[in-house]
Amino acid sequence: MTLLEIHEPGETPLPHAGEGSLAVGIDLGTTNSVVAIAREGKPAALHDETGKAMVPSVVAYPSSGGVLVGDEARLLMPQEPRNVVASVKRLMGRGAADLHTVAGVLPYEIEPGSGETDMVKLRIAGKARSPVEISAEILKALRKRAEEALDKHVERAVITVPAYFDDAARTATRDAARVAGFEVLRLVNEPTAAALAYGLDKGSEGLYAVYDLGGGTFDFSLLRLEKGVFQVLATGGDTALGGDDFDRAIAERMLAERKKDGLDDQVDEAAVKAALALARHMKEQLSDRDQTSGRLELLAVPSFHALTRAEFEAMIADYVKRTLGIARNVLADANMTAAEVQGVVLVGGSTRVPLVRIEVARMIGKPPLTDIDPDEVVALGAALQAEALTGGGDTLLLDVTPLSLGLETMGGIVEKVVPRNTPIPVQLAQDFTTYQDGQTAMAIHVVQGEREMVADCRSLARFELLGIPPMTAGAARIRVSFAVDADGLLTVSAEERTTGVQQRIEVKPSYGLSHEDMADMLYDSLENAEADMTARLLTEARVEARRSLLALDAALAKDGALLDAAERAALDQGRARLESAIAGEDRDEINAAAEALETLSKPFAERRMDRGIREALAGKSVNELESRVGE
Amino acid sequence: MNHFARLGLPAALDLEPAALDRAYFALQRQWHPDRFVAKPPEERAKASTEAAALNDAYRTLKDPLSRAVYFAELKGVELPADGKTIDDPELLMEAMEAREELHEAGSAEAVHALAAKAREDMKNSLARLGSLFLRDDKPAIRKALLRLRYLDKFAEEARARRMNLERSSA
Ligand SMILES: Nc1ncnc2c1ncn2[C@@H]1O[C@H](COP(=O)(O)OP(=O)(O)OP(=O)(O)O)[C@@H](O)[C@H]1O
Ligand SMILES: [Mg+2]
Repeated sequence: MTLLEIHEPGETPLPHAGEGSLAVGIDLGTTNSVVAIAREGKPAALHDETGKAMVPSVVAYPSSGGVLVGDEARLLMPQEPRNVVASVKRLMGRGAADLHTVAGVLPYEIEPGSGETDMVKLRIAGKARSPVEISAEILKALRKRAEEALDKHVERAVITVPAYFDDAARTATRDAARVAGFEVLRLVNEPTAAALAYGLDKGSEGLYAVYDLGGGTFDFSLLRLEKGVFQVLATGGDTALGGDDFDRAIAERMLAERKKDGLDDQVDEAAVKAALALARHMKEQLSDRDQTSGRLELLAVPSFHALTRAEFEAMIADYVKRTLGIARNVLADANMTAAEVQGVVLVGGSTRVPLVRIEVARMIGKPPLTDIDPDEVVALGAALQAEALTGGGDTLLLDVTPLSLGLETMGGIVEKVVPRNTPIPVQLAQDFTTYQDGQTAMAIHVVQGEREMVADCRSLARFELLGIPPMTAGAARIRVSFAVDADGLLTVSAEERTTGVQQRIEVKPSYGLSHEDMADMLYDSLENAEADMTARLLTEARVEARRSLLALDAALAKDGALLDAAERAALDQGRARLESAIAGEDRDEINAAAEALETLSKPFAERRMDRGIREALAGKSVNELESRVGE
Repeated sequence: MNHFARLGLPAALDLEPAALDRAYFALQRQWHPDRFVAKPPEERAKASTEAAALNDAYRTLKDPLSRAVYFAELKGVELPADGKTIDDPELLMEAMEAREELHEAGSAEAVHALAAKAREDMKNSLARLGSLFLRDDKPAIRKALLRLRYLDKFAEEARARRMNLERSSA
């Protein structure tokens, strides 16, 4: 527009949408997800119109078509329970054998992957969907929220994962982010992100623990904070332990009560989902009161269930104990005692359960720290790290591998190559040899876990080193190298050292996605990309148009006297047309109306310009002039 | 480059933990991949290799036992690669007796006491290593290190057993 650019004094103009892109931090939670941004070291969660930062990690594929995420998806639960997926994070990189049932029923219809060990898929609305593409929908919704809140493209992100996530789950998360169109700057461990937000905010130094009990996962990390260095000393957890388990325990009990009263002899997926939803509600109520009750209606048959806090605590006592056992193990791994811990930061919604708070306080011997909202602290830390990675920053995050990495050797025994709690990035190698005369191939089986036997660890990948020259048993020197990058992702390569036969693979086959899967998903998201792009262009046009309206209003307020009545009426009419175009959905109309208004306002702009020049000639500096124009 | 040199520290059996941390943090500030996110791939790869080598060095030198083993190897003491083989009959005997004791310990407290004894033993043996290095008595260093390795494994096993006992009694 040729109108003089008018800004508030001291304020820089809104940059054009698309002019550079921002990096956000995302906490992709089992129950809730949050997106945040940091500017100059100040992080803030991005809210919706109603001021909510948390987006329920729920995705719905309504029978009417399309995809819904968050509260809208959750609202569809009563009508179309089969088309709604919650807690999909628990399935990331998992096989069918990892799934939990309630009263013997899974809350979703599953489709085991093609191979026995493949990641499961869910059958929803007649289509098999992988946890990766379902998670990608959540990420896309967060991206949209961020772009609307910031009026900018958002393409880069730091995404958090439970510290205890294995390689398969990390890879699945990174893939989901890619499908959602993000460039992943870094995967950061959730407790580390929380410590970062906490430490930077409070300027704390010393030994701190983070106890993170969310909806689906538990993590406990021990960190040393010192002059901008966040050094993880040890970490541990359970990726299948969280508030969901508490819900399941309550739901099981209610369904058993109904069965005892002869109400239902068989429960289905929908019944399980309804029982879980009620269970969660009752559980959350018990954080503030001693007893509660709920009404469960299945197939039009209602039942009433009472629950006291004491009963609930008895039901979850074992889970809480398990978290404390893990915490003690982490302390022992770091060679530290609870007394040395300066403070324990509580993260995650399930730390609102009074029993959890009491037990953690008892173990550490100090009241836990909850100064930063436990729902947002992880996303805030991720945002800080995103800013540090793109804009530079002085903090240093030193993280570790949560689980040992190793290889299968004779007899199904694991030979550890990278022990748990090794600082990353790391590159370590181990030499192996052939055990038969003339052996020309060697099977390499990569596993992750703490147990001694391969069968008890997670299998990450198998490959074969071929072309070993025939030698007597024990003469070949096969070096297997493990590299874990700063995202915690593993690459394994093998080489026969006497001849240099080499093979390199990126480990992800067993539970990862096949290339075809990934290609399909990218294709799907390209199909949607067109719709996304149209929406983006419309948003941009609106932003631009609103800006010129603001500029015009400011100019009119100041120099309206330069116009006669007819000119003023014409401008007002043009203005009204643009306003109604902005309210509509037609980008072309917005652009046309904006252009028409620009033409109309040209003489006005010129007159203002002349006057500006005259004032300048009258001895006023340009700076003064600009700030006066902006008054 | 050896681990001491990589961290800019003099090769020695005893290291002040704070000095090790200082050197390590300063170099990681320079090389950690987080500082290279926007750099071209070659620079990123170099930083990653450098940071990994620093981590390897730090990890090796931080723990007194692994530092002692590494230092001994620099001095030409040869040790079996895995920690499992015991070729010293005296140590073998000691190990068998200790294992029996561990199996007989029925309570978490009893197991804890055994682990604590092993750790105490380790501390004292580590403290005595210095004089062996001064005399450059390679066979004695080797013998002491093998025993230390065994004690470390034993303490680890005791810890696992204690966890199991605590879990089953919980
Ligand atoms: N007042 C409350 N009392 C008890 N539990 C609560 C309360 N508020 C929330 N929760 C529980 O906290 C869990 C959600 O926590 P949070 O949002 O931290 O999880 P998440 O980040 O989505 O999951 P994760 O970190 O495991 O991936 C749910 O199980 C929820 O029921
Ligand atoms: Mg969480």
